[in-house]
Amino acid sequence: MRLLALALHRLAWFVPTLLGLLVLTFVISRVIPADPVALVAGETATPAQVEALRRQLGYDRPLPVQFADYLARLARGDMGTSIFTRRPIVEDLAHRLPATIELTVVAMVVSVLAGIPLGVVSALWRNSLLDHALRVVTVSGLAIASFWLGIMLQLLFAMRLGWTPLNGRLQGFPPEAITGFYLVDALLTGDGPAFGAALRHLALPAATLAFPALATLVRFTRAGVLDVMQSNFVLYERAMGLPRSVIVWKYVLRSALTSTVTQIGLLFGILLAGAVVTEAVFDWPGIGTYAVSSILQSDYNAVMGFTIWAGTIFIVVNLLVDVVHTLVDPRERTT
Amino acid sequence: MSAAWFVVRRLARDRSALVGLILIGALVLAALLAPVLATHPDDVFELHPAERLQPPSPAHWLGTDRMGADVYSRLLFGARITILIGVIAVGASLAVGVPVGLVAGYYHGWLSDLLMRASDIFLAVPQVVLAIAIAQTLGPSLPNVILALSATYWPWFARVVYAETRTLQKEVFVESTAALGASPWRLTALHVLPNIASPIIVRASIGMGFTILTAAALGFLGLGPPPPTPEWGRTIAESREFLPDAWWYAAAPGLAIFLTVMGFNLLGDGLRDVLDPRLRRARQAADG
Amino acid sequence: MAELLAVRGLRVDFVGDGGVAQVLDGITLDVGPGEVVGLVGESGCGKTTLARAILGILPAGAARVRGGEVRFKGADLLREDPAVVNDRVRGRAITFIPQDPSTSFSPLFSVQTQIMDLMKWKSPRADAGGGRRPPFRRYPRQRYRADRAAVLDTLRAVQIPEPGRALGRLPHEFSGGQRQRLMIAMALLPQPDLIIADEPTTALDVTIQAQILRLLRALVKERGVSVLFTTHDLGTAHEICDRVVVMYAGQEMEAAPAEAFFARPAHPYTRRLLASVPGPAGELRDIPGEVPSLVAPPSGCRFHPRCDYATPECRAGRPALRTLAAGHGVRCHHPVDGPLGADA
Repeated sequence: MRLLALALHRLAWFVPTLLGLLVLTFVISRVIPADPVALVAGETATPAQVEALRRQLGYDRPLPVQFADYLARLARGDMGTSIFTRRPIVEDLAHRLPATIELTVVAMVVSVLAGIPLGVVSALWRNSLLDHALRVVTVSGLAIASFWLGIMLQLLFAMRLGWTPLNGRLQGFPPEAITGFYLVDALLTGDGPAFGAALRHLALPAATLAFPALATLVRFTRAGVLDVMQSNFVLYERAMGLPRSVIVWKYVLRSALTSTVTQIGLLFGILLAGAVVTEAVFDWPGIGTYAVSSILQSDYNAVMGFTIWAGTIFIVVNLLVDVVHTLVDPRERTT
Repeated sequence: MSAAWFVVRRLARDRSALVGLILIGALVLAALLAPVLATHPDDVFELHPAERLQPPSPAHWLGTDRMGADVYSRLLFGARITILIGVIAVGASLAVGVPVGLVAGYYHGWLSDLLMRASDIFLAVPQVVLAIAIAQTLGPSLPNVILALSATYWPWFARVVYAETRTLQKEVFVESTAALGASPWRLTALHVLPNIASPIIVRASIGMGFTILTAAALGFLGLGPPPPTPEWGRTIAESREFLPDAWWYAAAPGLAIFLTVMGFNLLGDGLRDVLDPRLRRARQAADG
Repeated sequence: MAELLAVRGLRVDFVGDGGVAQVLDGITLDVGPGEVVGLVGESGCGKTTLARAILGILPAGAARVRGGEVRFKGADLLREDPAVVNDRVRGRAITFIPQDPSTSFSPLFSVQTQIMDLMKWKSPRADAGGGRRPPFRRYPRQRYRADRAAVLDTLRAVQIPEPGRALGRLPHEFSGGQRQRLMIAMALLPQPDLIIADEPTTALDVTIQAQILRLLRALVKERGVSVLFTTHDLGTAHEICDRVVVMYAGQEMEAAPAEAFFARPAHPYTRRLLASVPGPAGELRDIPGEVPSLVAPPSGCRFHPRCDYATPECRAGRPALRTLAAGHGVRCHHPVDGPLGADA
């Protein structure tokens, strides 16, 4: 089956790429800094204490040995312990994952639901006022610094208008934890106030994250639709008097979307990257802030843990995109 | 080269590309003439705590910051940093990425795989994160920021060049030239390079915008050049605690970043529209 | 004359980078009921533009209709309400067979979806203009079944094997010839008065071209449907046409019943065209000169620079229509008398 072959091919790439990533991060964390152990020990530690710590942590062994040891532990599911939180990194990541995912998914849903129709409309009413307005939006979307957009939104909506909270994921008590996603949990437990509060807290960060994604989607959809409108089958359908709305929203959109689907995969990657900066601005308790604070605190095991997670996600997402593309384009299926 | 003139003429017809060019021109002018254009050129170093956080006025066109320094003047000097970072980082990425892409595209086999795998590794993690990791490890300073950005952007050039080289290899004229006994270097210089010039140029322009945004993000997180360097991202971070009152403090540098990046994006788009298949045709027409 | 389609003085310009091209220069053309008319001309003579102008699907930005009428069953399609034309004429009274069947289907939907979508809006059993606005109109189940039965019948008529299973397939699973048969079926299903076919066999293998043409002719004759089809190949015209019209550089030159056309062509260009077909000994006799630019076309009769019989009169103004015999008209100041073969 073609899908299986594709999946296996992807996996074959996955392992060496991930390995390379680990080597890179390992090098960054152990080789480049002056003395990672001293950082861990703290400023007040004496040289003797630092040496003892070094032996305890195994940092005195040759580098390849350290690396091999790390890989062995990784295979057992042990990413080490965070210096800062003193908890297993795997736990830290799992704890923070739902926040990031919820934010990213909401942002993606918003950008898809708004972006695709706007792209179609922009293509149909080419060079109209709406099209020009949208072009301004799409160009800005990729030129605005996310963190600045977030700050400006905070300035307007939270500080000046008071419509949304300033930052954070929630104030007060979260809904009963079933999935870890506040919106879902609130719905499942019928917790109206929590749902509303979670939504209000999500509003600004999701908008900040969604903006560049929206801009990209509008662009791609517009280009895709314009391209497809030149096709012969569109000419045929027009010649045969098929209503324009049917031609556009059924036939043209489907064709334009098959290429957009691959873009959604890329989009997810961009969103995940943007999440890092956006989380920093809004104090969102997700993986992004975890990564940044780990880096800033030289918590290198945590950094490596995050790197593995991020790398894996990227590859999995790309694999899914390939799969979806195969499903969406029936030409692939029957060959 | 008549092909180059053709490109310039075509570009001139594209209004948004012209707007982009104007914006970039304004940036370059601001950077070059900062000492002349600034109303308070010494405010990059001097502090006037008594005048802190004043709103825009005839004396201070964009107000003052938390140290009493003129926001407008510091913004102009910040343009220098921005251009420096952008040009060097993109230049370095190009210098590394293009040869890698060429080699990977020209040869087949383990070398090619290795190189492309290496670039995939760098692309597997969000660029921002990798840049942060590198910058933090090396310490916050201007050269380190540039290094971090170059180290994370070169794969984009490598990829583009790799794809183009592979496509070109399949084209008949490359095969026949090789069959005639041309050496790889000659082949590359005379045939491959001119054809990959256009995607590289487009990528460089778009890359400038992207790099400047990432540089600003690094500055925002405190990983950029340390104070009193008036880097735009850092200025925004500094301004946060004084919001919402001193809004101009945050708005001005952000707007500057926006206009700069927009300029490069518009130019890049215009270049892409003009350069792609038409440059080939123009070259072929010019070469007869 | 109760002509089905009467084009009078149609002028169409195309605006482009190089200037304004006068693609159609006052075309006059008739198609009668139940008649198969071939529109013959070299590439670039404007025949595709004419076909699209009649259908009303010229590219909106580039093309401009400068004048003339397209009278279909008495009404001028260029001046009727566009919404009404799109609903009642296109895909119903006038249908279309495109040149390239492989790109004229959407690759993402099954043949059934595409044909039944056509039937939903254009079936003869549908009441025009009723129901909710598109795309929300409903498709009554009873009519769906009746339409589907008609589709299967028509597929059999165009000789598609196992029509039921064929419907479930995707367009790319059919061969070129089969796809064109599907197109013919789709052109016939709305029970039109006129089919406009734009070089329907050009994209097909030579071996099946004749087959498809004969099938088309048989089916339209059976149903009394008129056909206006464009081609650059005289052989195709000879195969199935009742009447032939010749175009050159945006002007129609001659129109005649097929027999008269091939035996006694009157226009110098027609004669040249027929003579340029390789003879039995394989001799090729080209027409000297080149097809003119339509941005700065020759004045008067556009063929005059290449014509052996040209006089200053030919440059001065476009010749009026001269009727030589019943149904045989020519626009020339010096029509040639006598059978073909008498001149070079």
